[in-house]
Amino acid sequence: MQPAEAVFESQTEQEFEPKIIALFCNWCTYTGADLAGTSRIQYPPNIRIIRVMCTGSVDPLYILKPILEGVDGVLVGG
Amino acid sequence: MPGVFAGGDAVTGPKTVIEAVAAGKLAAESIHQYLQGLELKNTFKVSEEKVAPLRFAGDEIPRFEPEPVSCAEPVERAKNFSEVSAGYTLQQAKKEAERCLNCGVCSECLECTKVCLPAAIDHSMSDEEIELAAGAVILSPGFEPFDARLRQEFGWGIYPNVLTSIQFERMLSASGPFQGHLVRPSDKTEPKKIAFIQCIGSRDSTDKGSEYCSAVCCMYATKQAIIAQEHVPGLETAIFYIDVRAFGKDFEKYYDRARLEHGVRYEKCIVSTVRELQQEKTLRIKYRKANGKFAEEDFDLVVLSVGLRPSASAGELAGRTGIKLNEYGFCQPDEFKPGCTSKEGVFVSGAFCGPKDIPETVVESSAAAAHASCLLSTARGSLTAAKEYPPERDVSDEEPSVGVFVCNCGINIGGIINVPEVVKYAGGLRNVKYAEEFLFTCSQDNIQKIKERIIEYGLNRLVVASCTPRTHAPLFMSSMREAGLNPHLFEQANIREHSAWVHRDQPAAATEKAKELVSMSVAKACLLEPVATSFIEVNRRALVAGGGMAGITAALSLAGQGFDVYLVEKEKELGGNARNLFYTIQGNNPQVLLGRLVNQLQENPRITVLTGAEIKEVSGYVGNYRTKVKLGREIRELTHGVVIMAIGAREARPEEYMYGEHPSVLTQTELEHKIVGNELPGVKNIVMIQCVGSRQEGRPYCSRICCSHAIKNALKIKEINPAANVFILYRDVRMYGFMEKYYKKARSKGVIFIRYDLENKPSVTASGSHLTLQVNDPVLGEQVSLDADLLVLSTGVAPRSDNEKLSWLFKVALTADRFFAEAHMKLRPVDFAADGIYLCGLGHSPKLLGESIAQANAAAVRAVTLLSKDRLESLGIVATVDEDCCKGCGLCVAVCAYDARYLDRENGMIARVHEVLCQGCGACVASCPSGASQQKGFAKQQIIAMADAALG
Repeated sequence: MQPAEAVFESQTEQEFEPKIIALFCNWCTYTGADLAGTSRIQYPPNIRIIRVMCTGSVDPLYILKPILEGVDGVLVGG
Repeated sequence: MPGVFAGGDAVTGPKTVIEAVAAGKLAAESIHQYLQGLELKNTFKVSEEKVAPLRFAGDEIPRFEPEPVSCAEPVERAKNFSEVSAGYTLQQAKKEAERCLNCGVCSECLECTKVCLPAAIDHSMSDEEIELAAGAVILSPGFEPFDARLRQEFGWGIYPNVLTSIQFERMLSASGPFQGHLVRPSDKTEPKKIAFIQCIGSRDSTDKGSEYCSAVCCMYATKQAIIAQEHVPGLETAIFYIDVRAFGKDFEKYYDRARLEHGVRYEKCIVSTVRELQQEKTLRIKYRKANGKFAEEDFDLVVLSVGLRPSASAGELAGRTGIKLNEYGFCQPDEFKPGCTSKEGVFVSGAFCGPKDIPETVVESSAAAAHASCLLSTARGSLTAAKEYPPERDVSDEEPSVGVFVCNCGINIGGIINVPEVVKYAGGLRNVKYAEEFLFTCSQDNIQKIKERIIEYGLNRLVVASCTPRTHAPLFMSSMREAGLNPHLFEQANIREHSAWVHRDQPAAATEKAKELVSMSVAKACLLEPVATSFIEVNRRALVAGGGMAGITAALSLAGQGFDVYLVEKEKELGGNARNLFYTIQGNNPQVLLGRLVNQLQENPRITVLTGAEIKEVSGYVGNYRTKVKLGREIRELTHGVVIMAIGAREARPEEYMYGEHPSVLTQTELEHKIVGNELPGVKNIVMIQCVGSRQEGRPYCSRICCSHAIKNALKIKEINPAANVFILYRDVRMYGFMEKYYKKARSKGVIFIRYDLENKPSVTASGSHLTLQVNDPVLGEQVSLDADLLVLSTGVAPRSDNEKLSWLFKVALTADRFFAEAHMKLRPVDFAADGIYLCGLGHSPKLLGESIAQANAAAVRAVTLLSKDRLESLGIVATVDEDCCKGCGLCVAVCAYDARYLDRENGMIARVHEVLCQGCGACVASCPSGASQQKGFAKQQIIAMADAALG
């Protein structure tokens, strides 16, 4: 993986820069993402987090539709 | 006044030096003009009352004589060149500093009041004396850390690289002095080797330290060592200890992990000194090892695990409230009345009662609250007021009109993300009517502004782009209710934790991400619909499962707080394990207590005692349970709103050391029966083995009570027959807190303690009635042979075999060790994860009688927080069913972990929702093949809209 700083710089150079949709459980992974924030852990800015109350509620549609429409990856955390 | 010129602080009040210089120059110029007879320019007149504004009226401040400074006598002065003035003593200096001259120019520059935008700083505030009428007082002033300066041999305050554990804890923190970087204070380099020295000021019989054990240091040092290793890869950590007292629930597991997974080294020894090597500022520790030999070792950093001392205000508080403190200055409650003091109506909790860990502190606080709640049960609710909200505006016919508020969070967000740009972007999004930025969106004045904007712009959806909704959504949602909007028309974009803080070096990318997060939230907000919550009645009766000391105590507390109770006990007789306890280490008699409490139970009309009763079936849900109990041949159904699980545990049966094979091998409980029955004549040599079956494979936890049980019995034997020889073979002596003194007493009475380790267990052989023990003495370094008339095994506490069954019936979790698992180890020690079920006693984990009593009272008051409600409100974001689409397949019922879904067979097989039970997980929504199930606030089209918005 590239170092974090390089990620956005490289976008202008037409390099592949994935966009990832993240479906995170309110109780664990979303909390973990909050903790990453309070701990100031730095990571690439490619994910867009959608909070769900449990990953048990993740419908296959939430994964398939974005992929069909061009997202590069879906991350389910729960 | 012509001819008088003024400038500086006397005119303007406190200002900066630059402004004073400017004022001086202005005055000089004016004087020049005045003397030349010119017309005065560039100047302004100062009204007389403005000169030297006084803070107080003339008579408002009492006048005192200045504090005299003592000087050396002239005779003395003539003899030497010493300082003439002795200066002020601490008291004199304080007194002089308090002597206000009302000169008008205080050192307060008041610059802070100018920069604080919400005008939160008020220098004129003064102390206020408030009188409160209260029926009960709970004291919890906490503790103070031991002053490491008193133990100079460890070098704190002398060597920069010697820290106290409190300092080290701060250093490990992201908000600490080095932003979470672990460095040596002397040269800011990363240490490679850290030593933790235990028992600083604790288990210390000199006049500087305290005799008791501080109970928490072994675990916090272990935690700090693990965290330090996470900070610095490859770091070596060593903990220098006397005994590792990992006695709490799951502590032993943590200690094992520290040693085996993290490689923390534990060195049993006594540290004599810490010395600094001057060049490198490295520290050399000199210590005496367990085998008596001295050793030296160098470390980059030394952390002193300082103990707990009574709070400085404890004495004063005790004096004012008339309560008694123990010999150490703590307010130690009676063993059987934790939370109570020597004075009625005054209760105590926390480390004020003695050193203890967080779970015990939380338990005792709840126990103190339970006592106060019993005392004041008739006044419950008399001082509370219900909040009034304006009627909710119906927005169903309105087009979405979204207000977006972007928070700077001081500089937390605004320092990274270009907030004005985000606001501008948000303002251009479809359906967004209004967008604004705030310095702190959660501040009171800005919450007020949000409410005003909702009304002013007719907003019907709210999006706040700030921090995590997990902490702040309730605040913003409540402001919506106050503005007449349904609170569920709200969405929060987390641009702090998920953007500003995690992309600090990429402000442009962080801003882009924030914009998209806002756009996603707006997309969802447009599709949000109002959510109505529903209510159910609460059955205000409790069921207590288990009639041991914990169950009895919980039942009495609930009844005392005004609620009816069913107490269900499986055995024919009440009392549980307490029936096998005849004296405590403090000398109290549990049988007397048990007798008294059983009488109170029988006399209490609120309590229905059912003995010989087995719980067969549990149905219903929080607030409305139905439990079937088998009484002989009869099955009785009990209805109740809450459950307290107080089902106890049992003494473990040993499988080694010839137990069951030889009549002279007993458990500690069996020994206690023999002591009380006076069945030990002629017994001279008694050997006890600790940790039998505990802290090893099979039963890896520490049973907490065995050390004190053994020492209690050893002291009793010595009391009856001082000539008896008692040997205790131990691994660590875990006499935590104030119990340390009994360990000391046992040694002074001649009880001999010999340490063994798991790799080198003692062995026993028998010849006739006689037993011989072989054990390796680590001090002598030799195998020792002990003759024993009696071999007593401290076997620990094992969970009951029916825990599994009960965990299924009540749908509550068990730990790996098969004890019941609370909702949160530290912060919710008597709650289960599910509402309405609470936990106390040995079923939670091994503990002493007094600790069980405290936990039982705590569970009772936690239950009352629910029982005292008239009705329960549902969560809001619950599942719903489109009845036209539902085919009644029952998949949702199968996947629901909370029993919140059921098939309504009478009305055409439609799957319905118990809204109060629904925890809003949405599993049924994903499982529904026909799309009939939806979750309020997380509808499928809302999630899809967010994903679409993310794609742009």
